[in-house]
Amino acid sequence: MKKQQRLVMRTVILLLLLAAVGYTIYSNFFVDKAKVKVGSTAPDFVLTDLSGKQHRLSDYRGKGVFLNFWGTWCKPCEKEMPYINRQYSVYKNQGVEVLAVNVGETKLSVQNFVDRFGLTFPVMIDREDQVMNAYDVDRLPATYLIDKNGKVKGIITGTMTEEKVKQYMESIKP
Amino acid sequence: MEHVKCECGHVNPHGTVFCESCGKPLGENAEKKLLDMRYEGSARRSQTYNKTIIDKIWAFFSSVKVGVALIVITLIASAIGTIFPQEMYLPPNVSPAEYYEDQYGWLGKLYYQLGFNDLYGSWWYMLLIASIGVSLVICSLDRVIPLYRALKRQGVTRHPNFLRRQRLFSVSKVADADDVFKQVKEKLAQRRYHIREENGNILAEKGRFSRWGPYVNHIGLIIFLIGAMLRFVPGMYVDEVLWIREGETKEIPGTNGKYFLKNEKFIFETYEKGKENEVFNAAIDRVGSGMVAKNYQTNVVLYQRVGPIIAGEEPKLKKVKEYKIRVNEPLKYDHYALYQVDFKQNEPYKMAFQLMDKTSGKSFGTVVIDLHHPKPSYDLGNGYRVELLSYFPDFYFDDDGNPSTKSKVPNNPAFVFKMFAPDKPKGEVSFVAIRQTIEPFGNNKYKMAFSGLETRNVSGLTVRRDFTLWILGVGGVIFMIGVIQGMYWNHRRIWLQRVNGEVWLAAHTNKNWFGLKNEIRRVIEGTGLAMPIDQAEEEKKAAQGGQVHGATE
Repeated sequence: MKKQQRLVMRTVILLLLLAAVGYTIYSNFFVDKAKVKVGSTAPDFVLTDLSGKQHRLSDYRGKGVFLNFWGTWCKPCEKEMPYINRQYSVYKNQGVEVLAVNVGETKLSVQNFVDRFGLTFPVMIDREDQVMNAYDVDRLPATYLIDKNGKVKGIITGTMTEEKVKQYMESIKP
Repeated sequence: MEHVKCECGHVNPHGTVFCESCGKPLGENAEKKLLDMRYEGSARRSQTYNKTIIDKIWAFFSSVKVGVALIVITLIASAIGTIFPQEMYLPPNVSPAEYYEDQYGWLGKLYYQLGFNDLYGSWWYMLLIASIGVSLVICSLDRVIPLYRALKRQGVTRHPNFLRRQRLFSVSKVADADDVFKQVKEKLAQRRYHIREENGNILAEKGRFSRWGPYVNHIGLIIFLIGAMLRFVPGMYVDEVLWIREGETKEIPGTNGKYFLKNEKFIFETYEKGKENEVFNAAIDRVGSGMVAKNYQTNVVLYQRVGPIIAGEEPKLKKVKEYKIRVNEPLKYDHYALYQVDFKQNEPYKMAFQLMDKTSGKSFGTVVIDLHHPKPSYDLGNGYRVELLSYFPDFYFDDDGNPSTKSKVPNNPAFVFKMFAPDKPKGEVSFVAIRQTIEPFGNNKYKMAFSGLETRNVSGLTVRRDFTLWILGVGGVIFMIGVIQGMYWNHRRIWLQRVNGEVWLAAHTNKNWFGLKNEIRRVIEGTGLAMPIDQAEEEKKAAQGGQVHGATE
């Protein structure tokens, strides 16, 4: 009888301890601590592009949004820009929009960059790092694939091949 | 159930060293000279029942040896973690995977692969800490419950074998035992002993409370660990870095866009000769004037964002307060604290150039370029104009030999100017970097002569919010109470018993035997009772071959 009780007590205590340890380990290694993760709603933002037009993410509901964070000094960003530009010309008629957010450089540098590559999609400057903070962007380039419902479908850090860019745009086509 | 029944009639759990009630040594323990009084001889049950997997796990964590081993392993791992720098101290923009191998070779690679690069974040380190926590809980439970039981059930009348095998023991013959008992009782009561009597025998006890010290201490530790665990719960703990230039207003990271901060001014002061109190003069002379930092300060204005929070939108700000952040004097608001931790002085802010005729040295006006908001074109009047074709805030030549920028920070600004003058309507191109001018299309008539640099300071602040701090505080206080409880009180017991017309005196304490001996000496003074012999010391002396002393030292 008493022995049975003791076994139950031990089991309960061990389970409690296991739960506490398990939670800590789980929340540390298996829960994405990023503010924005796949499946969550992409944080809304408003930015003005180089031509002075305001873009609000939530206005693009119904369209797929290819959101790219970049900087002129970032060589991998430079490499993938022409790919994005080429695929954009294909997919813009199929409901995919590209929003390229520069991480707070001068308008001059950004304009030069846009002219150099002949970028046709809207490019905007995140002057106060607000959008970068909201998306917790750490390394460049970072690309967020947002579907027609405003949900994040994928997060890509690092440079992409043209084939990949195409695949990603295809995946968020409404 | 394998219970052991003592001759006094008390039923003891299996594994008990001596009877809970009368103290008669049981089983093999009957052979040794002195009794092992640890945990009152109670049965540590984990060592006895070992049938199911649960019992086996329990027994593993119940072992103090295992606990100590876990602590030692954690210690060694922590020490190894200090050999190479932790990941957070690496230079920015390097990949840790490559960095460790590049810098430290195969050892560095191993270091990285085993997770020493981010020790507190590595799964096995966390598992070690967690195991220490589990070990603490189980070790304590397994000992405190039997100990409590044993102390609660102890009888007054003890078996002669128990008394004889206490460390302090004496046998006396007295004329009037009743009178002696009465005297001793009075004296013990004076010394605040708690006295129990049974069949004319006495058990005097005090400071039992001290025995719970280690367990109280462990409870504190466990609360502390729970507090540390809660840091991983979202919203409980924020620790961010904010670099902010003078004059800038920026969102405070970690506040989800709710608060903004403006840096009005960064101040760095040193102890300077002639400006300080005279008592500092000798010290200033020794290290030199202006060599010792006196103050790091950022004058800030805290703003709260009003209205809905949409990232990127020009925020509507409401001023909350102005504050001077100094080292150890953080700006505190809404559980957030902003600490002064770092600074960078004299970051280029604005650069001035004169458009100049290279031969005559005549100037046609000055261009001031804001390095964060350069304009594409600067008109100097009278047909003189400068266009800014390219701007590299952190200039270097990339692998292909093209001018490029390393970052967006204006550490080393460089420009490509196109200079227009009435006699050069098509313009001349000039590449200008610090102490460097390149004229890509041959000899120019005009040049952009550097004429001034305006700099500003950058403050490095830490943003902190910690809701676990009070839990850590409570844990720490309980920890300390436990330590004090166990350190400054001793659990002392004195048995006085009539055995075959003699008076037997035995005593035990969990620490400070010297104090107990002194106390006994005072208690039995003038009663005719013999001072107990310290049998442990006798044994030691006998082992060393020393001379055996008499009973009363």
